[in-house]
Amino acid sequence: MAEKILEINNLTVSFDGFKALNNLNFSMEPGELRVIIGPNGAGKTTFLDVITGKTKPTIGTVAFKGKDLRKFSEHQVALLGIGRKFQTPRIYLNLTTRENFEIACNRNKNIFSTLFAKIPSQEKQTIAGLLETVGLTAKADMKAALLSHGEKQRLEIGMLVAQSPDLLLVDEPVAGLTDEETENVGSLLLALAESHSIVVIEHDMEFVRQIAKQVTVLHEGTVLCEGNFEEVQNDPRVIEVYLGSQEEHE
Amino acid sequence: MVINLGNRLKGKSKNNLLIEAGIVVGIALVLILIVPLLVQGFRLNMLGRFLALAIAALAIDLIWGYTGLLSLGHGVFFALGGYAIAMHLQLAPLAPGTLPEFMNLYGVTELPFFWQPFASFGFSAIAVLVIPLLLGAALGYLVFRNRIRGVYFSILTQAATIVFFNFFNGQQKLFNGTNGLTNYKTILGASVSEPQTQFVFYTLTIVFLAATYALCRWLTSGRFGKLLVAIRDDESRVRFSGYNPTGFKVVVFGISAALAGLSGAMFTIQTGLISPRAMDIAFSIEMVIWVAVGGRASLVGAILGALVVNFGKSLLSEQFPDIWLFFQGALFLIVVTVLPDGLIGWLRTEGMNLLDKIFGGKHIATYPSLEEDPEVQRERETLNK
Repeated sequence: MAEKILEINNLTVSFDGFKALNNLNFSMEPGELRVIIGPNGAGKTTFLDVITGKTKPTIGTVAFKGKDLRKFSEHQVALLGIGRKFQTPRIYLNLTTRENFEIACNRNKNIFSTLFAKIPSQEKQTIAGLLETVGLTAKADMKAALLSHGEKQRLEIGMLVAQSPDLLLVDEPVAGLTDEETENVGSLLLALAESHSIVVIEHDMEFVRQIAKQVTVLHEGTVLCEGNFEEVQNDPRVIEVYLGSQEEHE
Repeated sequence: MVINLGNRLKGKSKNNLLIEAGIVVGIALVLILIVPLLVQGFRLNMLGRFLALAIAALAIDLIWGYTGLLSLGHGVFFALGGYAIAMHLQLAPLAPGTLPEFMNLYGVTELPFFWQPFASFGFSAIAVLVIPLLLGAALGYLVFRNRIRGVYFSILTQAATIVFFNFFNGQQKLFNGTNGLTNYKTILGASVSEPQTQFVFYTLTIVFLAATYALCRWLTSGRFGKLLVAIRDDESRVRFSGYNPTGFKVVVFGISAALAGLSGAMFTIQTGLISPRAMDIAFSIEMVIWVAVGGRASLVGAILGALVVNFGKSLLSEQFPDIWLFFQGALFLIVVTVLPDGLIGWLRTEGMNLLDKIFGGKHIATYPSLEEDPEVQRERETLNK
């Protein structure tokens, strides 16, 4: 079996004694699309923070392709091949769509090549292809601030891909989107899953049903259960902590 | 078709760049050749000094307007540049072994070691840029590495001005304290006070201003410039895209500090005085006001702001010496509340609309947002065909 792309052992993160993640074990094969669900406060975002180097583990290890991520800072983790999409779209509002891609796409991210090197034509073609993929070709030279919410979400996912990472971490990509846009983002992720490993954190059950093969449920900082969508949906513990409470809301 | 369009855009932007360079050279030539025929003496000297200050405005714009680092301590770098050239001007006319006048006054018997290299013009000219550059880069490194940002960064720069102000103000034996360094006589054998020498300073200032403009223009366009804007708008996103913002911020802060030093040196030789007052907090804040008035993230705006505010200041303070500060405060308030993007920002948006209205140029759109939507435009184009 190939090396696991992501392997997390006995991970605990505590903030002043509060354990946001508690003895969490998690692993993923290369090429997998994994959806993580869990009620508010289950530690989903902290989970991403730890992988991307924003937060350091209190106990335990996070390994990406066998490398311990503890000693790397955010930008080094990104260079290792982990891309992260935030919950609210985080794009550069005052740059155009194309310029957003140019920044993400840059291969040499040191100061001198950013300053002196011209953008190679190969990168320009990549960018043109990406604009096509996320459906923003017509708005390539428009300021990103003028894009709609759904377009911003797609732009940010496109920027992740431009970094050509091996692992994509996507935090609630369809929050606040219309059904049609949700569908779009879903098929975009499925298309990307063919060539990347992806972790998606999501609340929207319809969306999870659309994309999920394997689902992991987090609860109170630890893994409650894991399996395919049907199994998870019918697990009594999951119904109790998550699905049940959601049905009450509806 | 896409590639064709790309090439056409490229050709167009190259043309635009040539036109811009032409305009800059044209303005510089007018300032050097024609303006001196119209204004002389005191007013011309004033223009020269304000053009020197415009270099500092560009320095502020580079870090504040583009990179989002609000420095309230650029007076320090400005003053260091000024002191570097002033120390040379103190030593230049002296016979070897003699000391500047103020040192004799305070009973200094030997030239302090760090004064000695300033006897060389070449060293001093380099020091004008390099001393602020190194200080800026070192301070920047310490601050940015620890991810100090926003208001905390501004407060730190203020604290730096106080430290430097007190140091230079207190060292009578080393820097003549409050009085500063003044009474310049010769530079490279030429008499500083001669109109011809002053005209050379004036010309040099314009050349340096144009060069600074070109440098800033180069830095802020292209991928580096986009990255500066990205750091301003969302630094942690930049991190997660795989860049380390610390290095970029250190570089741009260092360059900005060096430009402030250049500005200080050109200002000092045309004013005939550098004193710790240049490290006064108020002066550093004034620099920020120039940029705010002219328009943040616009290089032309920074230059324009420095000239407008300073000419306004000197005209008003001649007329109403007591209340100039009120005008300055009011100006800042007006800019913040009415013209958040400064004069240039206003010209680009409302100004254009106003012109259109007056001359009845463009038609008025019922739904402006629809007019700007590229998808709608594309549909229209294909329909017309």
